[in-house]
Amino acid sequence: MTELLVKNACVIDPLRGINAEVMDIAIRDGKIVEEVSDAAEVIDARGMLTMPGGVDSHTHICGTKVNFGRYMSPEDMRAGRTPRRGPLHATSGYSVPTTYGNSYRYSVMGYTTLLEGAMAPLEARHTHEEFTYTPLQDTMANTLFDGNWGIMEAIHDGDIKRVAAIIAWTLSAVKGFGIKLTNPGGTEAWQWGKNVSCIRDPVPYFEVTPAEIIRSVVEANELLHLPHSVHLHCNNLGTPGNYSCTLGTFGLIPDLNEKRQTLYATHVQFHAYGGSGWKDFCSKSEPIARYVDMRPQIVMDMGQVMFGRTTTMTADGPMEFNLYRLHHEKWSNHDVELETGSGIIPVIYRRKNLVNSIMWAIGLELALLTKSPWQCLLTTDNPNGAPFVKYPEIIGLLMSKKYRDAEFATIHPDTEARVPLPAIERELDWYEIAVMTRAGQARALGIQDLGKGHLAPGADADVAIYPLKIDEVDPSAEYQKVIDGFSRTEYTIKRGRVVARRGDCLVHGTNATFWVKPKVPENYDMGKDPDFIEKFDRYYTVRMSNYPVQEEYLARNRCIETEADL
Amino acid sequence: MIVKDAVCPFCGCLCDDIEVEVEEGRVVAVTNACELGTTKFMGEKRMKNPILRDGDRWKDITYDEAVRYAADVLLEAERPLLYGWSGTHGEAQCVGVHMAELIRGVIDNTSSVCHGPSILAIQEVGHPGCTLGVVKNRADLVIYWGSNPIDAHPRHLSRYTRYAEGFFLENAFRDRKVIVIDVRKTETANIADEFVQIRPGGDYAVLSALRAIVQGKADTIPRTVAGVTREQLVRVANLCMNAKFGAVYFGLGLTMTQGKYKNIRNAIELVSELSRHTKFTISAMRGHYNVYGSNEVNTWMTGYPFGIDFSRGIAFYNPGETTAVDILARKECDAALIVGSDPAAHFPRKCLEHLADIPVVQLDPYPNATTAFCNVQIPVAVTGIDAEGTAYRMDGVPIRTRKVLSTDYLSDEEVLARMYARMQEVLEQ
Repeated sequence: MTELLVKNACVIDPLRGINAEVMDIAIRDGKIVEEVSDAAEVIDARGMLTMPGGVDSHTHICGTKVNFGRYMSPEDMRAGRTPRRGPLHATSGYSVPTTYGNSYRYSVMGYTTLLEGAMAPLEARHTHEEFTYTPLQDTMANTLFDGNWGIMEAIHDGDIKRVAAIIAWTLSAVKGFGIKLTNPGGTEAWQWGKNVSCIRDPVPYFEVTPAEIIRSVVEANELLHLPHSVHLHCNNLGTPGNYSCTLGTFGLIPDLNEKRQTLYATHVQFHAYGGSGWKDFCSKSEPIARYVDMRPQIVMDMGQVMFGRTTTMTADGPMEFNLYRLHHEKWSNHDVELETGSGIIPVIYRRKNLVNSIMWAIGLELALLTKSPWQCLLTTDNPNGAPFVKYPEIIGLLMSKKYRDAEFATIHPDTEARVPLPAIERELDWYEIAVMTRAGQARALGIQDLGKGHLAPGADADVAIYPLKIDEVDPSAEYQKVIDGFSRTEYTIKRGRVVARRGDCLVHGTNATFWVKPKVPENYDMGKDPDFIEKFDRYYTVRMSNYPVQEEYLARNRCIETEADL
Repeated sequence: MIVKDAVCPFCGCLCDDIEVEVEEGRVVAVTNACELGTTKFMGEKRMKNPILRDGDRWKDITYDEAVRYAADVLLEAERPLLYGWSGTHGEAQCVGVHMAELIRGVIDNTSSVCHGPSILAIQEVGHPGCTLGVVKNRADLVIYWGSNPIDAHPRHLSRYTRYAEGFFLENAFRDRKVIVIDVRKTETANIADEFVQIRPGGDYAVLSALRAIVQGKADTIPRTVAGVTREQLVRVANLCMNAKFGAVYFGLGLTMTQGKYKNIRNAIELVSELSRHTKFTISAMRGHYNVYGSNEVNTWMTGYPFGIDFSRGIAFYNPGETTAVDILARKECDAALIVGSDPAAHFPRKCLEHLADIPVVQLDPYPNATTAFCNVQIPVAVTGIDAEGTAYRMDGVPIRTRKVLSTDYLSDEEVLARMYARMQEVLEQ
């Protein structure tokens, strides 16, 4: 039995409605408990800001395309390297760090749970291998279903239950957590070098529209009672005027779940653009935020862009090709049979570039204009908008109008006429930041009942203690203190153990992976469905028996079983 | 007993539909595999136990003695080289990386003498590729450039291209065109619809000519380019542009000939150019069954696919300096661990002369050319035969190999883990 007592912590724990109460946190054997014995090790938090461990509900850290981003970018690997030291392995990389690099840097910032945003089922084993080497966080993987042939055929036949059954079989087979749709239909069209422009374009051959894919998969998701909602990267990412496509997409979504949203719309910054071309490109954050305000069934994340060099990577292959034609940088693409695809290019977001400046403003506007912080979570779509190490700066910007104005003065001068940002006075408070970086993310993922994102007895003892005295710091004026504080925890506690202290990781941990296994009736078991098996055998290049990811690939296995309504 | 859907641990095709019949602890029959794979599954004459060089003869030693010897030799070295890795599973490669980091060695895999230049090209211009099943189901044009799959990847044609059924092709054999581009008329050229014979060393020029034609500058092309007529070049370029889905597969005939990585860069840029007209992809014909896995493992653990030098504590990558051939040729290396490859069969003489002068430990199930240079050889289980583990197919698809036989041999991972544990123990003291 190991016990730990964090004393005098200034706790913000939004899922329990706790806002800046000084209290003790008792921990036994990796869990939060009511109390511990006198023998417990004691940490005196001395009134420092203490929150549940950070949760990133959309990041790209592990798997085929992430690793290809590293593989093709020795220049990025050179841009961030640390030697082997004590229990720590060497790390490389700035925008796409090695697995240890990701794990250590997230840990130093107080993050303990990460969701990989896009895993191709056929290549799932790779994602799980990298999870094993991400030792200081628990992980889960959104699984790509945007171009899944079996699902599109079932939708064409109007058979939602079969859609659900295919998802159930696949998630169980690949040890996936949630459903990801990336440019639904577009990734299949891209395997012919084509794309869909918005939700009403039919997918070549399959003759279903993105709208039908989204609606059907949303329904299937709820039939399966998955913890998370459908996680959507909308069609038409990155193009001027795409906000109307985004609003049209949001309009498809009924409110089907009492506990959480019905749709998680990711990196909405990239989908909130006005204008008819690059010349009149402008922000449409206001209509998007207003729309989301009125629809509790939608949660989004920012997808904030920050200036500097990064690497873009997404399953949205056609979008990356368009980006390649704009930037003329190196371009990688990787289509995955019967399922999905991906693309990668490096980019530099520049202050002197008008479009980039507008993008920067839009992300902040979404967070500041959306009334409820539970509906707009803090992300950069790491590393697409910026590497996650920029999160503290984003927190600083959201908490300080003064900081925003200072930054605004350095960006392209024409930005002012294209964005509402300068007129927004709102400054987020500590509680709202806690929502946007852990509580809201855990609720959106549906993992609060699994002990994530809060500090109630029974929860996983994942705690972040920041060297910030919130009654002594005025974030509005002293934003640099805020940035410094969120960059380096005083203590990061993972599963009841101090894993990072003042910028240094202290131990080698063991990753736990959350995955979902929906129980379906016998007649919906695709593993026994003759048509499914026949198509699998004929058109995949891997045998069906070799496709499922074995449990050997999970360091700590956290299986979530659900009962499907089929 | 028959094991179904076994995974062939021979080439980068990583065929996973093999049936292996086992009787009394021996493989007696193999179905579906090509000749190369069958030979590997049926392979015998494995070394029985670890051996230590003792003057001009070999002495049998135990695994414990061998592990201790290997760990100590590598720990004592100032510039140890850990080389090979393409013929073992990913779990063993991971231990290898940790070991290199611990002892501040250089870890390099066989790609540095194989598709290393292809990787350098990808690092300059990227890689528009896809999984093999995308090609199988869609491609109406396949180009083999400087590769001869009939000999080197025998089932590539039947599983993924020429003879494969495809979802979007009514009659795949008739509707799919195959072009072979090579300096000699290979066996594969005989089954192609179009054969383009290039003068040796002329690949770069031919690629440039094709790019010019695709860009609409056919009139700038001379009557012949590296022995290929303008008419044929225009015909090939038109075949590419009129294809619905084209796929280029290139081999060492393009990577390791004059121009090297520049050839690959040019080929990738041709494909990027073609992508503006139609769908096109390009991929390398990787050799060893898990050479790509070694690149993947190295990359997520160190940031680089091969040639990683930990002598400064950080991972440092500079192919040409931190690659095995260079380190041996410069006589820098003072001890070597060889896993899952046979450098003595492939490296330049100068490198082998140095290899003969330094302590060498090899993990390999069979005696091979490198055995002659070893001080210790440790026989291990064969991944895919008597050990399970992860391998990455040439297109990046990871597959878990099956164990079809039970033997007493330790796997590469187990032997390396013991060595690593011993090293940690010694360093802690």
